[in-house]
Amino acid sequence: MNFDMGAYGAYIWPAYGISALAILGAIAWALAAWRRAKAKLAALEKMTPIK
Amino acid sequence: MNVLFRYANPHEFMRLSGAVLPFIAISTALCFAIGLYLGFSVPPDYQQGTTVTLMFIHVPADVVAELAYGAIAVCSLLSLVWRHPLADIAARAAAPLGALFTALAIITGALWGKPMWGTYWVWDARLTSFLLLLFLYLGYMALWNAMEDETRAARACSILALIGLADIPIIKFSVDWWNTLHQGESIMSGKIATVYLAPLLIMMLGYALLFLTLWMVRIRTAVLERRARTLMREAAS
Amino acid sequence: MKLAARSGGSAALALSFFALVATLVPLGVGADLQLLARMASGVLWVAAVLAALLSLDRLFQGDFEDGSLDMIALAPLPLELTALAKIAAHWLSTGLPLTLLSPLLALLFNLPGAASAILLVSLLIGTPAVSAIGAIGASLTLSLKRGGLILPLIILPLLSPAVIFGAGAVSGVLDGTPANGALGLLAAFAVAAVLLSPFAAAASVRLNLSS
Repeated sequence: MNFDMGAYGAYIWPAYGISALAILGAIAWALAAWRRAKAKLAALEKMTPIK
Repeated sequence: MNVLFRYANPHEFMRLSGAVLPFIAISTALCFAIGLYLGFSVPPDYQQGTTVTLMFIHVPADVVAELAYGAIAVCSLLSLVWRHPLADIAARAAAPLGALFTALAIITGALWGKPMWGTYWVWDARLTSFLLLLFLYLGYMALWNAMEDETRAARACSILALIGLADIPIIKFSVDWWNTLHQGESIMSGKIATVYLAPLLIMMLGYALLFLTLWMVRIRTAVLERRARTLMREAAS
Repeated sequence: MKLAARSGGSAALALSFFALVATLVPLGVGADLQLLARMASGVLWVAAVLAALLSLDRLFQGDFEDGSLDMIALAPLPLELTALAKIAAHWLSTGLPLTLLSPLLALLFNLPGAASAILLVSLLIGTPAVSAIGAIGASLTLSLKRGGLILPLIILPLLSPAVIFGAGAVSGVLDGTPANGALGLLAAFAVAAVLLSPFAAAASVRLNLSS
């Protein structure tokens, strides 16, 4: 793999960096929301009898 | 249609999506790994130099930006015409993802443009269209958040999404037309050398699978949230 | 036509806003007459669209708030026709006056007579599209208390072809390109908008009325 981007590196790395940040952030956010929803539902189901 | 409605049942959807999700997530990771490896192994383009590597994250973002809107449009149709119960949830879940990838498309496009054109923004036809698409997403999300009644919000946003869908080709055409008046250049011109094709297609697939993964997680989360709200309402009564 | 009479005030508001923007831009940009002439098409078109937006959020809200919208929806006259009537009334009270004022404002921008005439024609053709698509936004947001903030966000992207073709026709004239191409595209857009919007607006009204 070739990582020497020459003069263009100043544009390429920020672009990859922002993309990576956004994608990882989106994944983290989605998973956190999922866990929160799961925990909340579990707590509620413990309180109310299952129909 | 019957197949669709069998999985419209939230329980069925949760069961099926839960089983499929790990495979989709792993495929996503694989595509990214292979795509990035190939993307950084290609020779520089004779015209664009090493900036061609930006194509591997810009074009896939473009694709997902439009894919997400297509998904919202399909869900909107299902919601309005067939009253598919999960359609509203799915449409709403896709919107922030669409907006995110549209923003990425614009940002990576601008960063690609600077070494090519000299400035970050030259009102290139494609990037301008994506800017307008971003506003369409923002308006869609704003309308969802503003309306209190969930069902009404879903129907209103479905109408908005379908009108947007009808207008998007017109917007693209008009921006292209406008651009030819001022003779702008597009970043991507026509043919792509075959050596770049493989990483590009793999990254496009990877981004699409990423969207699918995130979308499914968000839909599943929304289904759980809906169940929680129902329980809270029952407990209150 | 009761609707149009009620909205006499909004015509004055729209015209004032239009004139105000046309005054502010040169103040902000400087009095370089050549520059202003080149900018005129875009600035005046955008200003006209924004001015037309001002009265849109009230298009259905008045009837919604006093309950008469429910009765209108149940009346034998199809809701689509009522929507079309409201679009027409809105255009007569905003789009048309704005169009008629535009040549005067074009003077402020040193726009040559031929281009100014095309500006008038483009606004005449294009402002109905603004009223039509605006009506869809108004019907979608009619139940919102502060829907006036969301309405422009929703419909301005949808209106971009009108601005592009309308202003494009005028700036084309400055470069010697005949305006018929752009005006033709604008007309197609406007016709489609006016024909199809009543259906979308009526559907949106219905969904907001149902409980």
